[in-house]
Amino acid sequence: MNTDMLDKQAVTAPVAGIGKRRLPPELSIFIVLIGIALLFELVGWLAIGQSFLLNTARLKIMILQVSVIGIISVGVTQVIITSGIDLSSGSLVGMTAMLAASLAQTSQFVDRAVYPSLVDLPFVVPVVVGLAAGLLAGVVNGTLIAKTGIPPFIATLGMFVSARGIAKWYTKGQPVSFLSDGFTFFGSGLVPVVIFLVVAVIFHILLRYTRYGKFTYAIGSNMQAARVSGINIQAHLIKVYAVAGLLAGLAGVLTAARAQTAQAGMGVGYEFDAITAAVIGGTSLAGGVGRITGTVIGTLILGVMLSGFTFLRIDAYYQEIIKGVIIVGAVITDVYRQNKKKKKV
Amino acid sequence: MVLSPSTMAAVRKSGAIPNAEFLLTAEGIRKEFPGVLALDDVQFHLKRGTVHALMGENGAGKSTLMKILAGIYHPDQGEIRMKGVDIRLESPLDALENGIAMIHQELNLMPFMTVAENIWIRREPKSRYGLVDHAEMNRKTAELFERLNIPIDPRAEVRDLSVANRQMVEIAKAISYESDVLIMDEPTSAITEREVEHLFHIIRDLKAQGLGIVYITHKMSELFEVADEVSVFRDGRYVGTHASSEVTRDDIIRMMVGREITQMFPKEEVPIGDVVLSVRNLTLDGVFRDVSFDVRAGEILGVAGLVGSGRSNVAETLFGVTPASSGSIAIDGKQVKIDRPVEAIRHHMAFLTEDRRDTGCLLILDVMDNMQVASLHDQFVRGGFVDEKAVARVCRDMAGKLRIKTPNLYERVENLSGGNQQKVLIGRWLLTNPRILILDEPTRGIDVGAKAEIHRLVTDLARTGVAVIMISSELPEVLGMSDRIMVMHEGRVTGFLDRAEADQVSVMDLAAR
Repeated sequence: MNTDMLDKQAVTAPVAGIGKRRLPPELSIFIVLIGIALLFELVGWLAIGQSFLLNTARLKIMILQVSVIGIISVGVTQVIITSGIDLSSGSLVGMTAMLAASLAQTSQFVDRAVYPSLVDLPFVVPVVVGLAAGLLAGVVNGTLIAKTGIPPFIATLGMFVSARGIAKWYTKGQPVSFLSDGFTFFGSGLVPVVIFLVVAVIFHILLRYTRYGKFTYAIGSNMQAARVSGINIQAHLIKVYAVAGLLAGLAGVLTAARAQTAQAGMGVGYEFDAITAAVIGGTSLAGGVGRITGTVIGTLILGVMLSGFTFLRIDAYYQEIIKGVIIVGAVITDVYRQNKKKKKV
Repeated sequence: MVLSPSTMAAVRKSGAIPNAEFLLTAEGIRKEFPGVLALDDVQFHLKRGTVHALMGENGAGKSTLMKILAGIYHPDQGEIRMKGVDIRLESPLDALENGIAMIHQELNLMPFMTVAENIWIRREPKSRYGLVDHAEMNRKTAELFERLNIPIDPRAEVRDLSVANRQMVEIAKAISYESDVLIMDEPTSAITEREVEHLFHIIRDLKAQGLGIVYITHKMSELFEVADEVSVFRDGRYVGTHASSEVTRDDIIRMMVGREITQMFPKEEVPIGDVVLSVRNLTLDGVFRDVSFDVRAGEILGVAGLVGSGRSNVAETLFGVTPASSGSIAIDGKQVKIDRPVEAIRHHMAFLTEDRRDTGCLLILDVMDNMQVASLHDQFVRGGFVDEKAVARVCRDMAGKLRIKTPNLYERVENLSGGNQQKVLIGRWLLTNPRILILDEPTRGIDVGAKAEIHRLVTDLARTGVAVIMISSELPEVLGMSDRIMVMHEGRVTGFLDRAEADQVSVMDLAAR
């Protein structure tokens, strides 16, 4: 169509320009992060006479703790943007950690759990296998959801149970230790943090500036409208869940590398931490809304809280109780935000 | 007049009415939403035993005012009186208890419950043991339906009902409250001609019983058929009230838009070219069969038929949303296979769907996101990355050409009026450079001004050689815009009419046979 013929009507064009984007919604969450950190700092001085923030070792532990959660959360964020959910990531961490570790065992260790006669493999093999296993599980999640139409909650709940089962069955519950230096390098120093940041930057760009990202938001905003606009919903959902699985696999590899061992119970509860981080970061469970920058800040808030509780020597039981409150609180905030938006219309 | 609570109770009890002329009055109503003054010093007076129509463009404030009267919104200022007594409406329940019931534009029924359960919810008849008495509930529903002459089974689940029947259930439910005032927000937007007639019958009965009925509509013909008085609103202000017998269609349009619209349907004769789209024996099992037609470049093919005739289904099948069971589609004489929308887009087809909210808008995303989404398959993308600058440029140009009223391109589409949302969707499809444009109810629920602009736009597109298929429930629109009209009835094409021979009677004759 030749649109020029409409020019004559454009004399009183009401749209002066493209306009400026509004302030990033992450700003308010960032202020919350700073506020919480300062609160711990204040309470720290008052209660135990120590600084919370001016302690490099503590900050390093904190950020290492949440890097793995952060990587999962990036994948979960894009799933939630499509108005889906992924409950399987914690179990996939356990499964991929076991698979990867079993191929990273050194031959000096005689009692090798899975493959007693295995030769030393280069670190690439366990890493790739771990990632591939996560990817495959994600493809299964996505295919189930896209092709059978069952709710994402159910499909990934199935994977949540089965993947944990695979992790336990694989070594009949035995831990896998004595991993090669090449493999454990990925868990050493600040390597997991660097990987987390690289993943976050890649997915920030992917969601903001690529067709993949635009289609992800479109599907979450209105699946039927996205379909009529020519988006292949099934294929796209499979991709989104596959990526979430891949990132859970990466998290599994890093968990095993950092612990220098793998156990079937690794990653228990990580799926909820990841969802919590995404929701605190402004991702809406209703779909269509969410940004990686928010998720990164959400992850840090989670880290600061956990680290702060330990710092104040709050009992681990209380920590769990408070974590539950945070999850519900974050969702209440999400609902409140949605309602406020609706009222405005 | 403000009465003390005890006086008020006494007045209510005695049935005495201090101000007998008006059933319901609202004065000095002001309502502000963040950033928008929705109502500014608005008044409204409803007489008993009358039908009072509210007219105004989208965003004029009619629906806001009615939601205030129904207790959904609370006014910032102003007074509401029911039979001369000041009332405060804190919730929809308050409104019901004060005798005001509302039939909403959006259907608010619970799909997995029966018709009877939906109607008597919160008022279920109880048995001796305090349990819900379903037999009694179904009996009361049957009684109500008999009175209103509605042939629906009270025990049917709402999800099994057609949209039109759901609408009738909504209406029956509102009536079941035995209220004094009944507010109807576009009650005919989803029902067929015959049911409209039926509804008007019911309205006249209720009127005779002394009810006051508020009737919001965009359809001028309904106004003159059913309303006694009409109030017009514009941009959140009250313009005036007239007896409907004393005003003409043009008067009302002038009041609504504040300017003259000389010609509603700017149809132009444009040169008609070769056949672009050729459909033969298109069939979707159980829905429609043996649909065959051609559309030429520059031609506007109108598609008429009652709701449920399969009109929209044919459009969906053409576009690959629900692939055909059999039949063939040819573009420029070449057979094509379209079983997914993206294939239709690649063949330069575009499809403005019937339901803006359900299958059109990405409501929580911004104007630019909405406009670009159908073009990203083969435009503006290199190596997976979207060329944001190019997208911004074409979206700005398109928004200007379509005169979309939005603060900027980063505004969420849910904050736009219906007419502007529709223009955003038209913009979405024009960006794909269509040669075949399917429009399903292109002007449903949008105001007169935007309607005329969309009609002009469609004419302009036809002039540039786009083949247009336009489905519409509004006969004047089909008759005014089309070169040729295809009429459907119960999944079959019952005939074609040329522009010269088509009129309301000939179309309805084919549509209802």
